[in-house]
Amino acid sequence: MRFYRALFVATTLAVTAPIMPANAMQPPAAMQPPAQSEFLPVEDIPPGEQIPAFTMLGAAYGFVWVALLGYVWSIARRLQKVESELADLESRSK
Amino acid sequence: MSKLNPLFIGLSGVMLGVAPWVINAAPYESTMGLVQKVFYFHFPAAILFLVAALICGVASALFLFGKKPRADGWAIAAAELGLVFGSLTLVTGPLWARKAWGVWWVWDPRLTSSLLLWMIFSACLLLRRYGGPGADKLGAGMALFGMANVPFIYVSVNVWRTLHPQTSVVPTLPTDMGIPLWFCFAAFTMLFVALLNLRARLEHQRARVEALYLAEDEA
Repeated sequence: MRFYRALFVATTLAVTAPIMPANAMQPPAAMQPPAQSEFLPVEDIPPGEQIPAFTMLGAAYGFVWVALLGYVWSIARRLQKVESELADLESRSK
Repeated sequence: MSKLNPLFIGLSGVMLGVAPWVINAAPYESTMGLVQKVFYFHFPAAILFLVAALICGVASALFLFGKKPRADGWAIAAAELGLVFGSLTLVTGPLWARKAWGVWWVWDPRLTSSLLLWMIFSACLLLRRYGGPGADKLGAGMALFGMANVPFIYVSVNVWRTLHPQTSVVPTLPTDMGIPLWFCFAAFTMLFVALLNLRARLEHQRARVEALYLAEDEA
């Protein structure tokens, strides 16, 4: 019987041990922030969690300009190469 | 038409350079604020992405069923422009969504079918480049599937529940938001027309070079 009582106490301690320090670390109710009952306005979100709109806008416009300029340049280069090759072939065939 | 290409490119370049000032003058959208201004570049790119798919599909049908070899050049040009304008749409959209929706991407019908169309264009061009003999007909067949996807992409926001705004947004825009939108749309369209022309010319010149090499080999 003493063995079973010791086993019960040991099991209870083993199960509750990880919980007890966590409970002990809880701040008193008065120190806890009040429960949130509504959505936070965008301006109240901490700066670290805010997404800068200007960065997103700048990235979008920057990407469009770079991609379009790059594509215009790529077509001009390819067209120049093919037309010089064509001129060379036509002069050879004459 | 070829004389108009430099004019269109120059004019669209100037308009896209001026666009930030025109867009800056537009009022802020009440819920999204500054980031909504991505819309003035996102919408024209997205519409021209769909227009490229339609041109590519029609040209491919003419090549496959009308036996018009020159139409193949237009199909390749439209596929490449579809890839470029599709990339603009699929990059600017998530940059806007991250701020407005809190996520970069959602697997809703509009976004998923747009990505599918972009992948069809990519597959078409890869097939044309590395597919070997017969790849031109296979690529044209794929382009028809791409064109079939266009009405689905357009109406998807009205049929299914989605985070993406519906098609009724643009016709109901207030004038001071409509002016910068159509200004940017005109700039994008002029650039699109000029680039399509130049890219098709590149493909037609390539065909001439190939024909001359073949004639040289036979001689």
